[in-house]
Amino acid sequence: MTTLSRFEIHQPASALEASQMLAHYGEDAGFYAGGTELLLAMKHSALNYRHLIDLKVVPGLNSIDVRNGFLEIGATSTHRSIERSALVEQHQPAMAEMESQVANVRVRATGTLGGNLCFAEPHSDPATLLLVLGGTVKIESAAGAREIPVGDLIAGAYASTLQAGEILTKITIPCAKPTHRSAYMKFQIHERPTLGLGLWLETPDDGRTFTSARVAVGCVCPFPARGLNAEKLLTGSCTEVEKRLPEATDAIADAADLLDDHEGSAEYKRHLIHVFLRRVFRKAIGEALD
Amino acid sequence: MKLSFELNGKPATLEIEQRESLAEVLRGRCRLTGVKISCEAQVCGSCTVLVDGLPVSACTLLAYEVRGKRVTTIEGLAEESGRLHPLQQAFLDHFSFQCGYCTPGMILAAKALLDDNSVATDAEIVAHMNGNLCRCTGYLPILKAIRQAANEMRDEK
Ligand SMILES: Cc1cc2nc3c(=O)[nH]c(=O)nc-3n(C[C@H](O)[C@H](O)[C@H](O)COP(=O)(O)OP(=O)(O)OC[C@H]3O[C@@H](n4cnc5c(N)ncnc54)[C@H](O)[C@@H]3O)c2cc1C
Ligand code: FES
Ligand code: FES
Repeated sequence: MTTLSRFEIHQPASALEASQMLAHYGEDAGFYAGGTELLLAMKHSALNYRHLIDLKVVPGLNSIDVRNGFLEIGATSTHRSIERSALVEQHQPAMAEMESQVANVRVRATGTLGGNLCFAEPHSDPATLLLVLGGTVKIESAAGAREIPVGDLIAGAYASTLQAGEILTKITIPCAKPTHRSAYMKFQIHERPTLGLGLWLETPDDGRTFTSARVAVGCVCPFPARGLNAEKLLTGSCTEVEKRLPEATDAIADAADLLDDHEGSAEYKRHLIHVFLRRVFRKAIGEALD
Repeated sequence: MKLSFELNGKPATLEIEQRESLAEVLRGRCRLTGVKISCEAQVCGSCTVLVDGLPVSACTLLAYEVRGKRVTTIEGLAEESGRLHPLQQAFLDHFSFQCGYCTPGMILAAKALLDDNSVATDAEIVAHMNGNLCRCTGYLPILKAIRQAANEMRDEK
């Protein structure tokens, strides 16, 4: 059994104190939430911290609420608590469903949404879906607080834009409306997904036309990417949009930096996007999948 | 640090190091060797134990995390009389193991599911168990055993 190097765990009483603790211990310290990524990295000496600052003990950081049409998820909420939350199910069912398929039951019982986003693992499901749902994150530190779109949190593979001492405290997602259609699908044969595809549509007439669209792809590239040029192709009448799906596939694939890696070639990933864009579109508009 | 928790129904207090995984504490300090270690990366599930009824990977969870909580290992399932838990009996009845290395984790993961949802469908069982790997049985005997145990646990309620 791998034994970790010695460290000391600290229990801050607030996000502010956590931030101050990190400043105090400097490079020797890291924030610790579910530990599902952190402890693995420490086992392999990819990270070496002598001080872990346990964010899970900060009161209120794992709450889930709805306020003024927005779903607010505390950063230390576990995947499981989000998957099981009646509020999430009611106000953003695509989020609840995606969470129910992250990793396995054990990782979901301990891993947090905040940890998932901050680690910026390229094979993250939540980041891709949050890009199309319009999710934002609240970041706090001794220097103050700011709120940014999820896309601006992720700088690259395993790289977030958080500055030293900054804590992600809350993820905010607009609640689903009756005119919204959204879906997330992934393709997975290994431990982590090979492809993730999220789609959000706005329809004033129950799916006959789409006035606005957001689409994002993840896992096939170093970090999830919106397909901005594809989004234009995904508006119009339902029949028009269906006809333009192959063209939209190319626009999404071009927007993402498709990787040749152990999950497959870039060409194979383009093919996966093609297959899954059709599926995710049908799922979003509530049609049975073939 | 001093760690107090409930282990298989009995209070336990141990002196541990904060860097110790739950598996190190359970196997090394408590001699509960039914906690099996394989991938050490939360992938295979052989180290599954229950913390407050939820399945976790003892290989990666710090023992620090079970402060004041209830921990259940395979050693805590059978009754004092020796009567096996319905899941243990069902695994025997259906020959749901060969080498047996994955079995403690399989049974505990299944217990978490059935305690929460005793009418789980096959699809729900498969979705719940997909993070527990077996290299010997081909999974069908495991599914059959969980189905049988679900029926028995419902009848016993
Ligand atoms: C076997 C396995 C399979 C997986 N499969 C999937 C999958 O299918 N899909 C998917 O999306 N993910 C998957 N994951 C990733 C999983 O979702 C993440 O491991 C988990 O959510 C990370 O959260 P954590 O609380 O454990 O983070 P930790 O490991 O505690 O922390 C991760 C990093 O983020 C920092 N951090 C944590 N919280 C904060 C915060 N609030 N503010 C600032 N910094 C913070 C830490 O300092 C650390 O650097 C998988 C992981 C494993 C081990
Ligand atoms: S040994 Fe813990 S999950 Fe494989
Ligand atoms: S019985 Fe051998 S690994 Fe499952």
